[in-house]
Amino acid sequence: MIKVRIPTPLRPLTKGQGEVETKAGSVVEMIEALNSTHPGIKDRLCDETGELRRFVNIYVNEEDIRFLTGKDTPLKDGDEVSIVPAIAGG
Amino acid sequence: MEFTEEQINRYSRHILLPEVGGKGQKKIAKSRILLVGAGGLGSPAALYLAAAGVGTIGLIDSDVVDLTNLQRQVLHHTPDVGRPKVLSGKEKIQALNPDVLVSMYEERLTAGNALKIFGDYDVVIDGVDNFPAKFLINDACFFAGKPLVHGGILRFEGRVTTIIPKKSACYRCLFKAPPPPGLVASCQEAGVIGVLAGIIGTIQATEALKLVLGIGRPLTDRLLDFDARKTQFREIKVRRNPNCALCGEHPTITELFDDGDPYAGCAMRPSA
Repeated sequence: MIKVRIPTPLRPLTKGQGEVETKAGSVVEMIEALNSTHPGIKDRLCDETGELRRFVNIYVNEEDIRFLTGKDTPLKDGDEVSIVPAIAGG
Repeated sequence: MEFTEEQINRYSRHILLPEVGGKGQKKIAKSRILLVGAGGLGSPAALYLAAAGVGTIGLIDSDVVDLTNLQRQVLHHTPDVGRPKVLSGKEKIQALNPDVLVSMYEERLTAGNALKIFGDYDVVIDGVDNFPAKFLINDACFFAGKPLVHGGILRFEGRVTTIIPKKSACYRCLFKAPPPPGLVASCQEAGVIGVLAGIIGTIQATEALKLVLGIGRPLTDRLLDFDARKTQFREIKVRRNPNCALCGEHPTITELFDDGDPYAGCAMRPSA
């Protein structure tokens, strides 16, 4: 299983859960899997063309996927994924 | 400059620290720190920097104090409702420590005024409540070559990172651009647990003092994330992005610009 950390702004979609578990072989598969159990999450993470939105970052085991292989970054059992959107309050 | 006996007493707990000492306290006394936003994050930062004996604190804020601010903006008190935040802030800072000079800028930060103001300071602290201003501060610090301590709070989550332009990852390396209005909660409807502003704002003040003193390891290339519900800090590795539009190898941002209307999409004007 992959452990996914859900940021505060997306928690309304996960019934308030800060962490969810899912099965996926890559980041893109993870987004699809999350969207099937928590509909609407994909729209929050990806734009109309399916690309990751510019103010959302995804980290696999604390490494930014932009410095790995992006959405195709492979995932394996036990990996931890963090979704980190920009937050602006001050 | 020499300290008076009273100042030596006032700052004795700093002077006792080998990392600070009389020499470090003088660096603090000569330092100039700019707070962009005298709200949730700016309030605790201003109070601790004032107590620490920072020579000059700059306050930029165009707002007046609103009753909804008082739940977290501890620089402002109940009788200040309706008064300019910079004025209310200056009074509290100088009541706490008359050694501190306060420069007030009762205006919005814009691409037009940012570089001129930033040029007068050693460190900039981001305490603003909207994405366009956060990107503008990042860009202005890059062009002015000023270290920036970025902070953000929302609901129960807070973030801090320190940016040394051209040396460490900037805010645009981390997030390319502001989200379109309405997509990410950045307005007052999302709410924030008040004390979170104190936690994040005081970490920002700590970072600013470390930069002034030249001690320790700054929070560069690291995004510190705090979850108040779990009382958990997490550090996310950040890297300079070679494709960054601002500080990358082929920059496309070559001058300051106002990146959208900070209040577009908000039902009401937010009060941080």
